Amino acid sequence: MADFVNILGAGIAYGVLLFLMAGGLSVTMGLMGFANLAHGSLSMLGGYIVVMLMNWYGWPFFAALAMAALGAAVAGLIVERTVFRRLYWGNELDQVLLTIGVVTMTVAAATFIWGAVPPAVHVPAFLEGRVHLGFFDIGSYRLFLIVFGGLLTLGLVLGIDKTSFGAKIRAAVDNRRMTVSCGINIDRLFMLAFAIGSALAGLGGGLAIYLVGLDPSFPVKYLVYLLVVVVVGGLGSIRGTLAASLALGICDVLGKYYIPYLGAFIIYGVTVAILMVRPNGLFGRGR
Amino acid sequence: MVAIPAQPATPPALASARRLFVRRAAWRWEEIAFWVLAAASYFLFSDHLVLITQAMITGLFVVSLDLMFGYAGIPSFGHAAFFGIGAYTAGILARDGWGDPLTGLVAAALIAGVAGAICSQLVARLHGIAVLMVTLGIGLICYEIANKWNSLTGGDDGLQGMQVQPVLGIFAFDIDGKVGFIYSFIVIFLLYLLARRLVNSPFGLALEGIRENIRRVPAIGIGVRVQLAMAFTISAAMAGVAGALLAETTQFIALEVLGFDRSISVQIALVLGGIGSLIGGMIGAIVYTVARDQLSLINPAYWDFWVGLILCIIVMSGTGGVVGILRRSVGWVVTRVRR
Repeated sequence: MADFVNILGAGIAYGVLLFLMAGGLSVTMGLMGFANLAHGSLSMLGGYIVVMLMNWYGWPFFAALAMAALGAAVAGLIVERTVFRRLYWGNELDQVLLTIGVVTMTVAAATFIWGAVPPAVHVPAFLEGRVHLGFFDIGSYRLFLIVFGGLLTLGLVLGIDKTSFGAKIRAAVDNRRMTVSCGINIDRLFMLAFAIGSALAGLGGGLAIYLVGLDPSFPVKYLVYLLVVVVVGGLGSIRGTLAASLALGICDVLGKYYIPYLGAFIIYGVTVAILMVRPNGLFGRGR
Repeated sequence: MVAIPAQPATPPALASARRLFVRRAAWRWEEIAFWVLAAASYFLFSDHLVLITQAMITGLFVVSLDLMFGYAGIPSFGHAAFFGIGAYTAGILARDGWGDPLTGLVAAALIAGVAGAICSQLVARLHGIAVLMVTLGIGLICYEIANKWNSLTGGDDGLQGMQVQPVLGIFAFDIDGKVGFIYSFIVIFLLYLLARRLVNSPFGLALEGIRENIRRVPAIGIGVRVQLAMAFTISAAMAGVAGALLAETTQFIALEVLGFDRSISVQIALVLGGIGSLIGGMIGAIVYTVARDQLSLINPAYWDFWVGLILCIIVMSGTGGVVGILRRSVGWVVTRVRR
């Protein structure tokens, strides 16, 4: 039983990571109708920023994390303003191809800059080791992820539900034309949403690397999982993305532990099955 | 296959329809140039026949995707599944005693086609990103099956021990790849003719109609689902033949034939060559394969960077890939000369 709880904890922590990395993608895809396959590249950037600042310049972990979010947001903004913006509402296939091109470029650039060898990743001493919680214990870092991620998620959900910015985003996801006619500057809304999504991706990347490692193929490795999470959850639905992330994280870890030879089948099989029944995802709305 | 409405067309309309089909079906200069060059490469680059054969096989694979993506407008992140199914079909047959290459191709086409027909039913109701995700999922599932089913596929180590017999019982595959080249060339050329015939038929026109406006097509009496299922099946069967050709000419199958990377690179090669022109697929595959082979000798990472940049530029500028650029530049020269 304690074993099971342990694995469950690991799964939830993994799900939180997936959510942080995918949350922004869900908003971009739902809000702007933009299939940004290069989202994982922003997470990779966040990861390398953390590694660089900590290993080379001796920054503390949390400061490096903040910089990872900031750096990814800036990078995301630059790309959004210069390139992606031209393809909003365009052909989905063009977006997919363009962003695949961006992924390929970032993988190559990361290899060039940081090398193909995975760097060493450190976290503060108090996050290493394990903590006892009643009848089971859990890795401190995982517990930290669950708590930190939970707070962040709460903030996001409240932000989307309660603030006027969140209301505008929900309005734009539901009906873009009507939102424009209400006099909302949708271009600026997109820009902000994209920046926030990028910051989350960078933060998620910075947090993920201690558990999942970092190397230049990071964006490709997580591309599939991010897409699964976003599409199964339903484009533009934060709650859906959260549910799908947790489900995928838990299934993945449980599967790897109990039925290693079937793990991948179950995830892809369930994804295909869900999309067959609900093409718009679990929490998505019909268009 | 024929999607022309049943009621008799008025004679002038019929005549103009005929003219349209004749014009569509006319051989373009870049097609002729490509095939002449491809045939000539047997003599010109006789030291590199193995590489050229592989590039042409990739070309067939890209053309099969072009049928589906370029003409019917169905994107796929899992097209390697059909390539791999074809490769493993021919490979397993050859390993287990059925080494005749031509019937191996037929078997590969059949099994990949059946797989394609099943998948077409899965994606029929979907559109946009959901199609991408389901095809991606199918591709990954196929990869996992081949990876885990060691006894059948050899798993991670690849399929070894193929005994491919001589083509028609006469021409044995040689180490220089001469027979492999000629054999592949003929098969690929014939399938190219078939693909050409298809896209220049009413069926091809119906596919383009579906791509351009899926809601209006039923209004002129075309059943969207049937047409798409057929396009998917034919495309999968062609991809299967391409996979089988690769297996037979290299006499080895790596698990990578089913990989996600292959599904992506075939998309890239198609865009590079030019979508929706068939010959663009062949040209894109050659450019992609040869350039990758040469540049990855220097450093694979650089190659990836440049190919990504080129992909972005092609998408952003809408030039239509190599074929688009060729056509436009030749058109420019021709108008200058005529003046």
